[in-house]
Amino acid sequence: MIKENIQSTQTGSAPDLQRKAAMALLAQATAPEIAALWAGWGDKPDVETLRGPETGLVMLRGRIGGGGAPFNLGEATVTRATVRLGNGAVGHAYALGRHREKVRLAAVFDALWQQPECRDAVERAVLAPIADRLERDRTSKRAETAATKVDFFTMVRGDD
Amino acid sequence: MYVAVKGGEAAIRNAHKLLADRRRGDRDVAPVQLDQIVEQLSLAVDRVMAEGSLYDPELAALAIKQARGDLIEAIFLVRAYRTTLPRFGYTKALETAQMQIERRISATFKDLPGGQLLGPTFDYTHRLLDPELAVDAPIETPGQRDEPEVFTPRVTDILGHDGMIEEDGELPEGAVAGDLTREPLTFPLERDLRLQALARGDEGFLLGLAYSTQRGYARSHPFVGEIRIGEVEVELEVAELDFPLTLGTIRVTECQMVNQFKGSAKQPPQFTRGYGLVFGQSERKAMSMSLCDRALRARELGEDITATAQDEEFVISHSDNVQSTGFVEHLKLPHYVDFQAELDLIRRMRAEHERNRLAGVETKEAAE
Repeated sequence: MIKENIQSTQTGSAPDLQRKAAMALLAQATAPEIAALWAGWGDKPDVETLRGPETGLVMLRGRIGGGGAPFNLGEATVTRATVRLGNGAVGHAYALGRHREKVRLAAVFDALWQQPECRDAVERAVLAPIADRLERDRTSKRAETAATKVDFFTMVRGDD
Repeated sequence: MYVAVKGGEAAIRNAHKLLADRRRGDRDVAPVQLDQIVEQLSLAVDRVMAEGSLYDPELAALAIKQARGDLIEAIFLVRAYRTTLPRFGYTKALETAQMQIERRISATFKDLPGGQLLGPTFDYTHRLLDPELAVDAPIETPGQRDEPEVFTPRVTDILGHDGMIEEDGELPEGAVAGDLTREPLTFPLERDLRLQALARGDEGFLLGLAYSTQRGYARSHPFVGEIRIGEVEVELEVAELDFPLTLGTIRVTECQMVNQFKGSAKQPPQFTRGYGLVFGQSERKAMSMSLCDRALRARELGEDITATAQDEEFVISHSDNVQSTGFVEHLKLPHYVDFQAELDLIRRMRAEHERNRLAGVETKEAAE
């Protein structure tokens, strides 16, 4: 699914969907992962923090019976940040957890991604490695779970 | 007359220093790290997140460490922490049908699309203590099996098509999900608020009530339609963007309990359902929640309310272990003045009792 998202990002569909997919990847990056990606980013822009990074809560919702009316399940910590680059581009980021620097960097990459001249580089150098890692994790988890699948067989007892 | 009594500051200070010392324990033993708690005591972390009603594994681990492993104390710490943070909003409802599944079983259907996936379960272990864990023997890497990703429908959706089973629960048109963290509970409740309360309710309390329904109090003939555990995406709509943002994924456990229902004047016989959804890997809690949810639907389904597990006000008012522990444990705080007053009252009652007894003896003697 992540692979599809990144591919749709590259092939281009509605701009919002592309940005949504990019921001989803940034939100799912780990703090050390995004710090390393930032360290490897050449030409670093000036960054001004407009909001946060600040941590708050969201109330998570479930659905009655799994697909019915919503109910409030419980809260989760969320950190958000808004930044402005030297050229005026504004980036936002929100992610579960309390990793402020991760979210600030995610907002920077969101701002960079919105620059047509930077988008390819962000997708290649930042989003693709995150997407690959997530996909590897998913694939190996899925294979580990699949190994615990029950294969039923029928035992014939006695003579016909 | 009211006399304020002060004192104990030094005692309290020293008690807290002593607590910190005992929490650390023998200094020759390495201190436990939060990542060790998150990774190796993950089900304790899950319980603190579920009943603390706050999804954040590192915070739950910190709370467990601070509480010396007392999980109800840890839950209390997490609840206190959440009051210090602003609320950014309500997420879109989690889509458990889209879960990346780590475990999925059904006790009602053997051959269901996606199959029976046991995952990391205690089931079928022999419950024998393993001395190898005490010496950190190396762990085998888990097996892998290459399977294409298949959509794994919820069992209740499979059974739902021919009306054999009731549909997912709906609220009246235009109803907004209630939030007990914002509005005090007033009974009777709708099912959404009951589910919110049950999701954060004490596992032991709900387990006992669930067990009572199986033993014949509000008997509901339950089957586990499905239990699934895995990660789901969380999405939030925010003012500054035109699309819902993905915030990341969380692990949840969902239980669909399926119950026999003999029908009523309004409804034909069919299977009814109880629902459980809990943070983390928490199967016992999700099952207990779904049994309690079903029992508490007695009023809605026109069933006789005869058992404790069906008594909404009783169950929901006593399911929160932070509230319960607060009121039970406050009894150990100084009640010197209250008790002095009671002591005085008992003395007067005893004196009056003694006077009456003597008077009774005299009357009796006079009569003779």
